Amino acid sequence: MFALDIMSWILLGIGTLFLLIGAVGLIRLPDFFSRIHAAGLIDTLGAGLILAGLMIEAGWSLNLAKLVLILLFLLFTSPTSSHALAHAALVHGLKPWRHPKDSRQAQINTDGDEASNH
Amino acid sequence: MINSNWGGAALLRHSISLFFILGGTWLLLSGHMEALPLILGAIACTFVVYLTRRMDIIDGESHPIHMGFRLPSYWAWLAWEICKANFDVACRILDPRLPIEPRLFELELHQSSDLEKVIYANSITLTPGTVTTNLDEEHIQIHALSVEAEREIRSGKMAAKVAALETSE
Repeated sequence: MFALDIMSWILLGIGTLFLLIGAVGLIRLPDFFSRIHAAGLIDTLGAGLILAGLMIEAGWSLNLAKLVLILLFLLFTSPTSSHALAHAALVHGLKPWRHPKDSRQAQINTDGDEASNH
Repeated sequence: MINSNWGGAALLRHSISLFFILGGTWLLLSGHMEALPLILGAIACTFVVYLTRRMDIIDGESHPIHMGFRLPSYWAWLAWEICKANFDVACRILDPRLPIEPRLFELELHQSSDLEKVIYANSITLTPGTVTTNLDEEHIQIHALSVEAEREIRSGKMAAKVAALETSE
């Protein structure tokens, strides 16, 4: 059981690290759209690794099945909510932040205008 | 409808499969094996299957058993892609120079069914570094965090994997 404990602690540790990086990203990234990507980090590997660590602690029991269900529901619902947020922001005319040196500036801006006219 | 030969047999197959999935979920979440909870569970599952048939929402779209084991193997591939993308985005966030070039772009969709389009759009959003911002019949609009993320989508690898989920049997 000792080896399993270490495994589970490693997974919990890496998961926590990804939560932390995601939180740093939420602060460091420049605008709403890029911050969604940082939130994606928390949704996927952050939550996923922590649940995996807890699954190892749970062993072969009903709790394992419940944790698997939590992970499944999370993986189905989190992209849906991310998409709803991003779509709503774009429809209401929020312009994505562009890198000042990005050569495709003009072209992308018209793309953004098209999207907000939908 | 996905299958052209959609009929009584397919409806029966989906109903039975839905009943067993509901029953399995009931058993897992309750954990009781006594007679009373089992009977109540069977009644509840039967009632839910009856309701979904009455509402006419039980088909290959809400309950894609025709994808069979291709779906879990796709999930395994997707999980690995998500791990790689996570690592990439984490490196970009922690890099002091913050090497990001967010961009918005549109692609044409080549998936045939609505279900495939949704699976594709959801997979893109689930992968860190790319978010689907708009989806219609022929086009998908994506916000990507970097040039590399955009190139990855444009390579069409994920689109091909999704298209392979539904073979025309």
